[in-house]
Amino acid sequence: MTDRSKITTVNSSVPTDWKSDAMQARIGRRYRRERIFRSLGLAAVVISVLFLVFLLGNIVKNGAYGFMQTSVSLDVTFNADLLGDPSVLSAEEFTEKVRKTNMLRLIQASMRDLFPDVKGRRDTRALLRLVSTGARAQLRDMILANPSLVGNTERVELLTSDDIDQVIKGNIDITLAEANRKVKDKELSWLKTLQDDDRISLDFHSQFLTGGDSREPELAGVWGAIVGSALTLMVTLVTAFPIGLFAAVYLEEFAPKNRFTDIIEININNLAAVPSIVFGLLGLAVFLSVMGMPRSAPIVGGLTLALLTLPTVIIASRASIAAVPPSIRDAARGLGASPMQVVFHHVIPLAMPGIMTGTIIGMARALGESAPLLMIGMVAFIVDIPGSINDAATVLPVQIYLWADSPERAFVEKTSAAIMVLLFFLIAMNGVAIWLRQKFEQKW
Amino acid sequence: MAMISFALIRQRSVAVVGGATQQLHSLPRYHGYFAAVRVFIPCIFLFLLWLVGGEAVIENLIISGLPDALKSTNSEQISLVLNRIQLAVQHGEQSTSDANILAAAERYSSLYNKGLWSTFWLTVAIGLTGYYLSKNRTQANFRARNNFEKTMSITLAASSFLAIVVTLGIVASLIFESLRFFQQIPIQDFLFGLHWSPQTALRADQVASAGAFGAIPLFAGTFLISLLAMMVAGPIGLFAAIYLTQYANQRVRAVAKPVLEILAGVPTVVYGFFAALTVAPMLRDAGGAIGVDVASESALAAGLVMGVMIIPFVSSLSDDAITAVPSSLKDGSFALGATKAETISQVLLPAALPGVVGAFLLAISRAIGETMIVVMAAGMRPNLTANPLEAVTTVTVQIVALLTGDQEFDSPKTLSAFALGLALFVITLLLNIAALRMVRKYREAYD
Amino acid sequence: MINTPTETNLDTVQASPKMAARGVNVYYGDNHAIKDIDLNLYADEVTSLIGPSGCGKSTFLRCLNRMNDTIPICRVSGQILLEDDDIYTSGIDVVQLRARVGMVFQKPNPFPKSIYDNIAYGPRIHGLAAHRTDLDEIVTTSLEKAGLWQEVKDRLDTSGTALSGGQQQRLCIARAIAVNPEVILMDEPCSALDPIATAKIESLIDELSGRYAIIIVTHSMQQAARISRKTAFFHLGEMVEYGDTTEIFTSPKEDRTRDYITGRIG
Repeated sequence: MTDRSKITTVNSSVPTDWKSDAMQARIGRRYRRERIFRSLGLAAVVISVLFLVFLLGNIVKNGAYGFMQTSVSLDVTFNADLLGDPSVLSAEEFTEKVRKTNMLRLIQASMRDLFPDVKGRRDTRALLRLVSTGARAQLRDMILANPSLVGNTERVELLTSDDIDQVIKGNIDITLAEANRKVKDKELSWLKTLQDDDRISLDFHSQFLTGGDSREPELAGVWGAIVGSALTLMVTLVTAFPIGLFAAVYLEEFAPKNRFTDIIEININNLAAVPSIVFGLLGLAVFLSVMGMPRSAPIVGGLTLALLTLPTVIIASRASIAAVPPSIRDAARGLGASPMQVVFHHVIPLAMPGIMTGTIIGMARALGESAPLLMIGMVAFIVDIPGSINDAATVLPVQIYLWADSPERAFVEKTSAAIMVLLFFLIAMNGVAIWLRQKFEQKW
Repeated sequence: MAMISFALIRQRSVAVVGGATQQLHSLPRYHGYFAAVRVFIPCIFLFLLWLVGGEAVIENLIISGLPDALKSTNSEQISLVLNRIQLAVQHGEQSTSDANILAAAERYSSLYNKGLWSTFWLTVAIGLTGYYLSKNRTQANFRARNNFEKTMSITLAASSFLAIVVTLGIVASLIFESLRFFQQIPIQDFLFGLHWSPQTALRADQVASAGAFGAIPLFAGTFLISLLAMMVAGPIGLFAAIYLTQYANQRVRAVAKPVLEILAGVPTVVYGFFAALTVAPMLRDAGGAIGVDVASESALAAGLVMGVMIIPFVSSLSDDAITAVPSSLKDGSFALGATKAETISQVLLPAALPGVVGAFLLAISRAIGETMIVVMAAGMRPNLTANPLEAVTTVTVQIVALLTGDQEFDSPKTLSAFALGLALFVITLLLNIAALRMVRKYREAYD
Repeated sequence: MINTPTETNLDTVQASPKMAARGVNVYYGDNHAIKDIDLNLYADEVTSLIGPSGCGKSTFLRCLNRMNDTIPICRVSGQILLEDDDIYTSGIDVVQLRARVGMVFQKPNPFPKSIYDNIAYGPRIHGLAAHRTDLDEIVTTSLEKAGLWQEVKDRLDTSGTALSGGQQQRLCIARAIAVNPEVILMDEPCSALDPIATAKIESLIDELSGRYAIIIVTHSMQQAARISRKTAFFHLGEMVEYGDTTEIFTSPKEDRTRDYITGRIG
């Protein structure tokens, strides 16, 4: 207190003693506080950046292996006794016979050659479980595509089961006590034999990008979800773009300034902030139960997302239309164009880059949206690739949600890989939007 | 099926007009547009009418035609019967052995076909009429452009009107379904009940006398997670905005702003995955290491990640608010010998306060309505607690849980989701309106 | 009603200057905004800086309390002395400097706080008042000195932005006085005000001139003639002429000064 009173300068006509110790100490304190404040700001930015790096790094680290799959090379003898002889049977008969054949027996035979010591039902079954359940379909398709294989022995690369795959990728801790892990010692010793024989390989797995969903992680692919997303977005684009553009044109160019347009405007702003799940409820109540549209279909998902993105499109389009200078309108009107011609021949073409940018950003948001789609049943397990907007389908984010819920360890990397695919599309869309903005940006 | 007929009709109308445009002489494009609009609009109306009303009419016809054995005054039973009929329509005889149902199913599909075809032909007829009408008017002196423009301006106005329709649709569907819910469950039980367990009511199959629709635990859980999220996003977002607007040089801004935009652009399902598979286990292990019991689906994990998700909202809106403060105030403060920190905390922030508060309100509204993160990372079990280390459930989680999977549209279980949706809508709407008001008032103050 | 400086006060010129510029150059990026200025500014008198717009007079003013520091591309060379210290060397702290060299801006910029808090802001951050009563006294005397006390004494808790333009500007002057400065810089303080408010500010400047060194930038030659004892004429970043106001206006030594005063350039 006494210190403070020294620097009190009430009513004094003498200059403040800035050099006094009390004042110097005070200034030191103020600068310290300044530095703390500044570092808090910097810390906030750094935390955000670090979090993003952590998030993306984590996903890439987990997801990189999602694009790869372990396979095992087996010498499979395409036994003519089992499969039938394509030179004797007609094409249909042969196909029929192959379809009915249990391909596991081919695998079993080749395994027996590799592991002659393995006896007993349980061990044999465990041995066969090293190979993915999808291997059967893989073999069958091979034979049907190339019937001349029958009677020969070929070295075939078959997918391993997801557990073995996880061991190879190092995601299962094999130092744990045997009882605590899914893959037992015996299986590991077989795996070791196969590895020593150079039969195990970890390769890029194209089925992940071209296949549909599956219960088995090693067979699951994102193509079905990508197609579903594409169909859904198509519906969204076809609906939201013209309606959003028209609404923006009306509000910006034609609407009288009255209470009613005020209400519309406030409405659009509020609609932009309504939680997305509420739009899902709307879709459920209106599209599904009142209009009786098909559940899980991209048409319903697309319409729901269209309602969701409509405010974004309208707001972006309006901003872009408003940025076109009035002089252009005056010039066109001076040449005798009707108001409608002014807008459609001059204003909209000039505003188009901005409108497109806004629309693409809206679409990108719709692409990442999942909550409203859960409401309208796009969460079903769907193996087939959807062919039309009326087929049951799922979309990428919902596929991610479904996989994230799956208990298998292998789905973690599949989920991360699917996230990478989703982020790739988002980055691509935003990249296009940025490119459009920069290419056509005009300063009026 | 309906969609195919729709596509056919549209193709047809386009084809019809496509022929006409070639024959026209004066202003051919506008005559073409006019004709197209004349054909297209009535057709689409009729089609929508069928889509909305068709099924209901058929259902009523079926119900009135049902044998007495199946007739019932109970609306739930009727819908049950209808469901069975529809199943029979789809799967034929293997779905049911009840002859009455099968007969009704047959009637249903024949009626449906009749309706569909009559709609189809009616549409074609109307389309053709529109075409001929416009063809007759296609003369040199017909002012096709003006007519077309009039139609267009109506279309434009209708498009913007749609925004209102969507809002009304949301409000109507939420209120309608909620009212049906509140007929079965008293509203005060819903709003003030402390016990949430919708499953028991379904099992009891009485008019939900169990009274298990108390939404307080859900509201509490939502509040807890939103609070945690704001504790992360509020300070970090605000300080990031301060740093970027007041301290950072061009280079830092060039890195940090896109990073924040990316954080805002990452789909919420990705955050959810990250919260559930990375953050939650990390917290649990960290808790285990210091001897604190952390649930594997703790509110903390969901709240933290959600906080990160809304950092960009807080920071970009606060950024706008801070940059809107006239620089003369900053100069005035500096000229008095204030440090930057003093200027920011004592002059800039108080001046930007309404804008910053608006930003926070919008962020809270976003947190309350956020779904995927909590669905994936928060729990399912209603839990009335303030302990962030425990699992809680939220309004959005329950909506998803109630409405995914097979639904019975009349059960209070399903309807309660709409009541929750209504509550969610009302709360977020109030927050948004308050926030927009604040931001707008604030803008006016400095313009 | 306004005292024009007279010959009798000229002896103060012999005292050491309160502030002095020695070979000051200012660059905005590549633009050489201020060229080689030497100027003495004395306590207890008003100095006007006049010249056409863009001549660098405001830029020079903002060098005197280092307000140019906030512009990243701005570079200052040469010496500016406050008493004997160069304010651009690290020995002088910018926070202290600005408390000792106060500033009033072109547009009144009261903080969106109460009148009381507007005045109390400076003393609070600098710790000039140990007790609430001291602070009250600082606020009162500052408002009195700025001639605003009678008008606002009953509504100290209303917002400073609610005052009229002239009152706001006097509030800003009171705010500057409250931190007990030695020099007050004024950057066209009346350009946003009506004639009556301008007259009030001018008489206030006159009253304050005994206590503080006041340096005022103005585009109005009449104002410079009315209120200042010394005038410096700036043109294209150079200081063309400096001297007693009466002399500058009646018998300028330089042709450019004469051209400006007679309205041929400007």
